[in-house]
Amino acid sequence: MTDVATRQAAKVKLGLLDLTPRQIILMRRIPVVIITALVAFALAWILFLADRSWTAHTSAGSAIAEPGEFIVTLLDGITFAGLLFVVASGFTLIFGLMRTVNMAHGAFFLLAAYIAIDLQQKFVGKTRNIQNEDVTMLKWFGPLLIGAAVAALLGVVMQQLFLRWNQGQDLRQAIITVAVTVILADQLLFQYGGLARRVVWPGDAVHFFEIFGQRYASSRLFMLGISIIVGISLWVWLNRTRMGMVIRAGVDDQEMVRALGINVAVVFGITFFVGSFLAGMGGVMGASFSGVALGTDGQWLLNSLIVVIIGGLGSIKGAVAGSLLFGLVSAFAPAYLPADYTFYSIIFTLVVLAIVLAVRPNGLYGRNE
Amino acid sequence: MKSLDLRTAAVAVSCVLLVLLPLVGSDFFIDFVMTRTLMLGLAASTVVFLSAYGGMDSLAQWLMFGIAGFAVGNLVADSGRGLKLDWNPWTAVPVALIIVTIAALTLGALAARSTGIYFLMLTLTYAVIGFYFFGQVTTFSGFGGVTGIDAPDFFLGHPKRLYYAALVLSLGAYVGFRAIARTPFGMALQGVRDDPVRMASLGFNVSLHRTLAFTLAGFVAGLAGVLNIWWNGQIDPTSIGISPTLDLFIIAVIGGIIHLEGAWLGAFVFVGANIYLRDIPLLGDIGGVIGERILAEERFNTVIGIVLLTIVLVSPDGLAGIIARTRERLRNRSGANSTSTVATGTNESHN
Repeated sequence: MTDVATRQAAKVKLGLLDLTPRQIILMRRIPVVIITALVAFALAWILFLADRSWTAHTSAGSAIAEPGEFIVTLLDGITFAGLLFVVASGFTLIFGLMRTVNMAHGAFFLLAAYIAIDLQQKFVGKTRNIQNEDVTMLKWFGPLLIGAAVAALLGVVMQQLFLRWNQGQDLRQAIITVAVTVILADQLLFQYGGLARRVVWPGDAVHFFEIFGQRYASSRLFMLGISIIVGISLWVWLNRTRMGMVIRAGVDDQEMVRALGINVAVVFGITFFVGSFLAGMGGVMGASFSGVALGTDGQWLLNSLIVVIIGGLGSIKGAVAGSLLFGLVSAFAPAYLPADYTFYSIIFTLVVLAIVLAVRPNGLYGRNE
Repeated sequence: MKSLDLRTAAVAVSCVLLVLLPLVGSDFFIDFVMTRTLMLGLAASTVVFLSAYGGMDSLAQWLMFGIAGFAVGNLVADSGRGLKLDWNPWTAVPVALIIVTIAALTLGALAARSTGIYFLMLTLTYAVIGFYFFGQVTTFSGFGGVTGIDAPDFFLGHPKRLYYAALVLSLGAYVGFRAIARTPFGMALQGVRDDPVRMASLGFNVSLHRTLAFTLAGFVAGLAGVLNIWWNGQIDPTSIGISPTLDLFIIAVIGGIIHLEGAWLGAFVFVGANIYLRDIPLLGDIGGVIGERILAEERFNTVIGIVLLTIVLVSPDGLAGIIARTRERLRNRSGANSTSTVATGTNESHN
């Protein structure tokens, strides 16, 4: 009798099932096991199985059969991750300190890109058919800095005019930035039309070199270099300066920072400046990398969102991890999916998102609140 | 609860007016303004439902609307892109609704553990991924979209019948959502909105309640999507892209995101502004003054953006909130001893 009672007591109602605690622990491991198996299969597929005579045809061959194609895909992923990081770090910086979801991030990206395109045309003195040789480093970095600065100033204006008074009201701030996006995107369409345009890489950054028998453009590595410099500067700024210390303290406990006599409003303004500057910088880099058109703003808002949701909102470390994961997945999925199903690669983004959220609802480096 | 009676009365009067409207309104007004208003309002009411009762600010409702549309399109169309299954329009409806409900259940379950601003961003991600999905997966659509989707014969060439269908569904959703709020499920959902931790320790399954609410909202948004596809006859990925997604949210916010009837109010303002902007004396003229018509109807988005900005800054609970406050102020002025309890009653009556 007592035996039955203890056995009953040991069971816990979990949904429709009665389970012992031990069984529950085992059940909790199921997602982890499934995910590990999926990841292991994906790795095995890319490294050994893809595009063999006895498996499905893919556009890139497996790593042991075609090392060149594998390395190129890897480089594509990492360089794209660099660009993702520049844009998403600005987004996450603003969110981390101020809890503001800046829906206008994509619009700032587009604004800076358009300004840089115009400026580069003025600097070079041609409106069409600008060749890489026409563009010196100065004629690329000049538009980059000016375009990004304009986006940054607009960001600060938006923050000072509208967001300051609504600090702490997440949704209201998000809606305000949505309104700014709608207005800005419409005015950009009005000014620049809907055609795709691009910034031209400086001639010195564009060379082609051979890697395992594949041609590769050095402009992508140039972009990665800039991203790494941005990343290091951000790290030094946040970890080795007084300003960065204040910002990190603000992320942890805003009230306390205020009570210590630090002017939080100024810190907020500066953070918004830097965050929007990064959006603008990413915009010019993106416009050189793949061009911008109507709708690019939404696409980059999405990219930033995916990166920060994967990596965890407000964490720079998370932005690095999220960019790498998203960048690699978006490079490898189309290259290594069976050729007839390449267009399903967009679903892989969702799959990665789902896996990360299933294991860590706040993202890889997100905090529990 | 006098205020509640007033509110019900106002809704009832508007309903009677809406029923009688086709007797006086022109065909254009019924078809292009009011039917659209009701459809968008129906979709926006799901945003309001999730936000007001579940504390979930969802940007994925327009995706549900689109999934239903694409499902009907793939099942019904007999040529062009998509699956071209050439089904009877009526049989396609339940299947499309099942598809959209399953989609909502899956996406809802995935998002149920995120709250607040995280939920908003996650659902925005859903919406944009949905756009790319239908754009890239040519099996179902491709960027060109699905065309030639016939409405059932009952509605073909009868815009007024479609109008009444939209009206009936809107009314059903309005009454249904408010009734659900009073069921044990609705009560628990509002508990989850206010304090998830406490509800969880009381033994309620928080994510399950969120998931179910999201599924229900997805189903209703799917109904609106079916209506829209009958009205429109075609659907393409651009129509479920990021800007229409934000538009639906904007409609809900303009109307007032905590008042259910605000959804239709917001939709009316949105559709009305879209169609009649050039006829508004002042705005139309400003367009002429500043060079190339910065505020003309092709700059509709700028105007809507400014309206949205103004409303968020002035009245966070939208037009319905303005109306509620005006009503209250009037009553306070006329009634001598209106106590603060009445005001609290009005504010909480939406629960």
